[in-house]
Amino acid sequence: MTTIETPPAAAPPRKAATVTRPGDRVFANLSRGSGILLLVVMAAIAVFLTVRAVHAISKDHGNFLTTFEWTPSLNPPVFGIAVLAYGTVISSIIAMIIAVPIALGIALFITHYAPRRLGGPIAYVIDLLAAVPSIVYGLWGALFLVPHLRGLNLWLDDYLSWTLIFHKSDPNSAPRSLFTVGILLAIMILPIITNVSREVINQVPKMHQEAALALGATRWEVIRLSVLPFARSGIISASMLGLGRALGETMAVATVLSASPVLSAHILDPVGGTFSQNIVAKFGEADEFGRDALIASGLVLFVITLLVNGTARLIIARRKEYSGANA
Amino acid sequence: MAKRIDVSGLSAFYGNHRAIDDISMTVEPRSVTAFIGPSGCGKSTFLRTLNRMHEVTPGGRVEGKVMLDDENLYGSSVDPVTVRRTVGMVFQRPNPFPTMSIYDNVAAGLKLNGVRKKGELDAIVEKSLKGANLWNEVKDRLNKPGSGLSGGQQQRLCIARAIAVEPQVLLMDEPCSALDPISTLAIEDLIGELKTRFTIVIVTHNMQQAARVSDRTAFFNLAGVGQPGKLIEIDDTERIFSNPSVQATEDYISGRFG
Repeated sequence: MTTIETPPAAAPPRKAATVTRPGDRVFANLSRGSGILLLVVMAAIAVFLTVRAVHAISKDHGNFLTTFEWTPSLNPPVFGIAVLAYGTVISSIIAMIIAVPIALGIALFITHYAPRRLGGPIAYVIDLLAAVPSIVYGLWGALFLVPHLRGLNLWLDDYLSWTLIFHKSDPNSAPRSLFTVGILLAIMILPIITNVSREVINQVPKMHQEAALALGATRWEVIRLSVLPFARSGIISASMLGLGRALGETMAVATVLSASPVLSAHILDPVGGTFSQNIVAKFGEADEFGRDALIASGLVLFVITLLVNGTARLIIARRKEYSGANA
Repeated sequence: MAKRIDVSGLSAFYGNHRAIDDISMTVEPRSVTAFIGPSGCGKSTFLRTLNRMHEVTPGGRVEGKVMLDDENLYGSSVDPVTVRRTVGMVFQRPNPFPTMSIYDNVAAGLKLNGVRKKGELDAIVEKSLKGANLWNEVKDRLNKPGSGLSGGQQQRLCIARAIAVEPQVLLMDEPCSALDPISTLAIEDLIGELKTRFTIVIVTHNMQQAARVSDRTAFFNLAGVGQPGKLIEIDDTERIFSNPSVQATEDYISGRFG
């Protein structure tokens, strides 16, 4: 033993007198270096983006937040994110409304209803869905979904036109709308919500489910009494993860949506745009200033995503109280 | 309120593994019957066959008959959910619903049975908490989470939840093994009071506890690892602990094995 025992009254500067192995020292420095590198890179990106974005916004002759058009090449330049923010949020909300209940249903089916031999393969197939590249979803959306949604569009317009949301200004226009984008996004975020929910539901302690069973609860009542309350916050954060992906999705949206700078409450109309769709559509032909303007819009998307993730983290933090209370 | 349990030729399986083999016994109404025996002897499995909780485990199945008075629990037209409403259960670790208040925990089973009226619920919740000797400790905080109580209080909350639906039989699976001696004593006193209303079956590893609380004691054993558990003998508790008719029982209770 080579440990040096310092008496409790020893002077503080002698702290370094413990023996450290070279391997420990190398690894500690390596991991500290990685951590610092990450912070440096993040800071560099943030500074770069903010400087370019501020530069662009300061030359904007429209109001950056309320302008519909995206024409930074005009003299004077006029561009704003109103349509993009609206389209991004609306298409993501549609995706969430469709995907969350279905994902929850699949997760509950796999964990509580399906026989084991069926549950495994289904979970595997859902995992595969998550691995499909988004451009493939985009192509499938444009070549299959768009033509096949025409009937649903007409039906919604016929029967739900009075809600204004499902009013279609030109019934003959192709369904390259925010609604179609929402459906496509729903399919894309289904796997992540399903898988995370399934993990959370699997962690519901057996003893809580048995408590419900022993009271004479049916399978659904067990889920309602013990599974859902326990897994609720986890399911919410799973949904937030999905929402994060829907907000940032680029290629699938760009292939399906017929974009135009119109902000419409009629979600079946083929108009609108999203942040990332706008960036991928405009980046190629943009000059230096145009790129700065696009960077500014990207920064707004980043802030929105940050808010969503922050909310999710808050909810997860609240969950800790529950799990701590019955540990 | 309480019914007689009559088990004949009961075997339970996990998949192809026979966990308990050919058990027959009778449990009288308004009595406490204790199951003792070494770990793995199938006493918990047997207990869980009495309210059809055994078949919740994947691969779990049962052969034989369990009669509750005149009704076979394993009859072809019997719904296991209905069985569990008649035969209540208290588990080894206290398991109140963590996200529910004390009140809602006790009311959970009633709501499943369709009791909705506030006045009726209030009355039964109070009666059940009093019946579980918990009312005085929690009456001022019925709306606080049940998971905030101490372990012993949580276990009495679980007992209150189980008796709120007025079951015919109350099964207890080592209800004191996670509790300190004082909480254990509280539960044992409670068992003595509850047996005037319910038929009680309790699994315990604590032989003094079996001697203290039960009228009849059943000793389970297994021939070896992987072998099915068997009922060795069941008799009046006094007799089991003073003069058992089987040598293995005497060896077990005198601490020579297990």
